[in-house]
Amino acid sequence: MNAAASAFQGLARLEPRTNGRHPGWLAELRRSAFQWVSERGFPTVKDEAWKYTRVGPLLEIPFAPAEPASTHRLSSKALDQLAGDLGGTRLVVVNGYFVAQLSSLDKLPTSVRVRSLASALAEDAEVLRPFLSRSFRDHPDGFTALSAALAEDGVLVQIPAHATLAEPIHIVFVSDTGAAPIVSHPRCLVLAGPSCTATIVESYVGILGDVYLNNAVTDVVLDESAVVEHYKLQNETSTACCIARLDVRQGRGSRFSSHVVALGGSLGRHEVHVTLEAPGAEVTLNGLYMPRNEQHLENPTTIEHAAPHCTSRQLYKGVIAGAGRGVFDGRIIVRPGAIKTDASQTNKNLLLSEAAEVDTRPRLEIFADDVKCAHGATVGQLSDDAVFYLRSRGIPDRAARDLLTYAFANEVVGLLHLQSFRAHVQRLVGSRLGGVEAA
Amino acid sequence: MTMLDIRNLHAKIEGREILRGISLQVPAGSVHAIMGPNGSGKSTLAQVLAGREAYDVSGEVIYDGKDLLSMSPEDRAVAGVFLAFQYPIEIPGVGNLYFLRTALNAVRKQRGLEQLDAMDFLALAKERMKLVEMDPSFMSRSVNEGFSGGEKKRNEIFQMAILEPKLAILDETDSGLDIDALRIVASGVNALRSKDRAILLITHYQRLLDYIVPDRVHVLASGRIVSSGDKDLALELEKHGYAGIEQQATARSGATQGAAI
Repeated sequence: MNAAASAFQGLARLEPRTNGRHPGWLAELRRSAFQWVSERGFPTVKDEAWKYTRVGPLLEIPFAPAEPASTHRLSSKALDQLAGDLGGTRLVVVNGYFVAQLSSLDKLPTSVRVRSLASALAEDAEVLRPFLSRSFRDHPDGFTALSAALAEDGVLVQIPAHATLAEPIHIVFVSDTGAAPIVSHPRCLVLAGPSCTATIVESYVGILGDVYLNNAVTDVVLDESAVVEHYKLQNETSTACCIARLDVRQGRGSRFSSHVVALGGSLGRHEVHVTLEAPGAEVTLNGLYMPRNEQHLENPTTIEHAAPHCTSRQLYKGVIAGAGRGVFDGRIIVRPGAIKTDASQTNKNLLLSEAAEVDTRPRLEIFADDVKCAHGATVGQLSDDAVFYLRSRGIPDRAARDLLTYAFANEVVGLLHLQSFRAHVQRLVGSRLGGVEAA
Repeated sequence: MTMLDIRNLHAKIEGREILRGISLQVPAGSVHAIMGPNGSGKSTLAQVLAGREAYDVSGEVIYDGKDLLSMSPEDRAVAGVFLAFQYPIEIPGVGNLYFLRTALNAVRKQRGLEQLDAMDFLALAKERMKLVEMDPSFMSRSVNEGFSGGEKKRNEIFQMAILEPKLAILDETDSGLDIDALRIVASGVNALRSKDRAILLITHYQRLLDYIVPDRVHVLASGRIVSSGDKDLALELEKHGYAGIEQQATARSGATQGAAI
């Protein structure tokens, strides 16, 4: 049975629900996306962008669509534990559905509009029209199609021109599975108006239960001179699968930074696609992935320099332990005419065991003259000299290795400007490494 | 009391024999200098005593009544062995303060002492830093990262002052130091001389011994101690060079071998 056919037994038998409140264009989008996945199925290792991801086993799992729950076993304290208390606004999405009673929006400036995607669709769907279909139309694959066809809810953040948000907007995506495998398609859309400044944090966490699939799509659109810092923590349960996409479009002179920390899940894929659409836009993409046991954590990134005088900076680091596998697939495209592009990409990997594996693939596609593109990738192990130095001071071998590993990871963790988020990540990374504290 | 008793120590790396039968006793309270030309095995001796695992080692080393060669590097350290590295390692991302507190607490645990928290440790560190005239701002930096050669060496002696070892092995602590830094480092070491502590001073040059006056001087050549004497031996070396001493030693060992035949 080929992958597309077997998918019919699993994911693609989940038909889009019809909802009387959906406007015509949305119903049409859902129908066509569903048709796309029915006909084309899911990506296989033969697809260039998916060559490292084994989607097959995922398609065998009899996922049921997640339902909105009427009651929740979550408390605000449990959420602090799961996702950290970052202060500011916290929105909670459980199994793909926004949960108002767990969310706290009272600290939000009144000019900033934050609501569930479902209510935004009911209130003014026309606003969403140009955005909701884009990920699927521009990057059609089985998962973006499923999201377009099946996503029911999520979060819409609208930041008006010149607004400056002092505190982060924290969106917590919780998967709370019962006894059967479920799939959810959380959808998040951030519209950053001209010259605004905002910090958005997405945390993906789960409560231990059956296996689940989180098929998440987030779009961030930055208007002229907008400044957005985006943080993502993927700390799903050990059996979870998460396929996530972050699509970013940047206007003139805008600045965007993305920091992703991938720790959980059995299969985790976090894809970032940034399009620098107008001159002077700057983007920074930083990432840390730490697969262990048999985890597969993958980071496909694409930065598209579509306009002149744009800058991109990228630092991804992998710490791979046990029989874990890390993937960094970093693509930089410089479109014709995008002169004075300044791009640099660095990927460094630390292998902690014989069975650990990493694939690193820089892909530069340059179609313009007068550009600066630098890239570098390393794969290494802990330095024997450094381990011996620490041991010679009385630090046991295990602790010395943990400390050096922490230091390696901390180069990226240290770049997390948002202090409360950084502290939370330091705790999580430290607890994985024998309780190393922030050094 | 003998703090360190080395008996017929051999060490090989990648099939090459670097140490070829070293025997040496260092009593508590004394400073012994080991001098020798490049490649004589000085640093290998230091590394082997600290527990570097890359070497294939035979012979016996009794430290403070214990079989040193059977101990891991960290066990040696918590038992009071300290090596000041010739080339201290830079460890980006690990703060000096955190690193040293972790090390000190490992040592204190072994000695049955309470763990020091960050505040108590900071107070101790500030006090000991004065010994080597170190700038307190170094504490907040990563271990040796971006330190000059002299700063790294001072940091080694500062670590020694914090960890208070029973046996300190200083491997070419004078190399790369200008005269002012040498004086500071030497006065730090002198301040740490004590009747309970043995110090093994490894150096290429006699210069250091003007500042840290040793009780005994041993000359190492081709992996063996070829000559031992008091501090005047160092002056003799300065006059005749290593070649002179080695010739004498070779002549002596040649004569012995001749007699045996």
